[in-house]
Amino acid sequence: MEIAGIVRWLHLLAGITWIGLLYYFNFVQVPAMAKATADKDGPGPAAIGKYVAPLALLWFRWAALVTWLSGAAYLMGIGQFGNAFILGIGQNNAYATTIGMGAWLGTIMLFNVWVLIWPNQKKVLGMVEASDEEKNRAKRVAFLASRSNTLMSIPMLLFMGSASHGLMF
Amino acid sequence: MNPLDSITGTIISGVVLALILVVVIKAIAGV
Repeated sequence: MEIAGIVRWLHLLAGITWIGLLYYFNFVQVPAMAKATADKDGPGPAAIGKYVAPLALLWFRWAALVTWLSGAAYLMGIGQFGNAFILGIGQNNAYATTIGMGAWLGTIMLFNVWVLIWPNQKKVLGMVEASDEEKNRAKRVAFLASRSNTLMSIPMLLFMGSASHGLMF
Repeated sequence: MNPLDSITGTIISGVVLALILVVVIKAIAGV
């Protein structure tokens, strides 16, 4: 049995969970919250914030960590971890250059999840004490980090897939 | 307005970033 193949499988499962929830936040929850807040006669966004967001964030942040760790383990297993992070430059190593671009983007995205999104979402959702002013600032930082991750996921997936399958040109 | 405030702006920016990175990487690494 090929351990690398199992680790890659885990990486894909965790990665889809992570990016799937990222797209849920950006394409569904954020616009839905805005709509619910604007709808004065409706039920409001409170239930989303209380029952949906904490659970989505739980799966989101841990999937992000598992994705990065399994990706790193895979690269170490095939002896390409260091090569990937120096982008294979000077090695004539197209695999390391391509997967390395994806790995760098994914690493920046993991940083955004744990350093910018999660601590600020805890303030927004009332899991830690914060004044209204702090909450507004936290909301903006978490939103921009989440949107930046959505943006970076587009080239990240291109490079991840292209490392084994080739770029489009 | 920050392009990240709109979903369309985010996706267009992401695709543009992807294409720029492809060109830069091809130029630097010659792959």
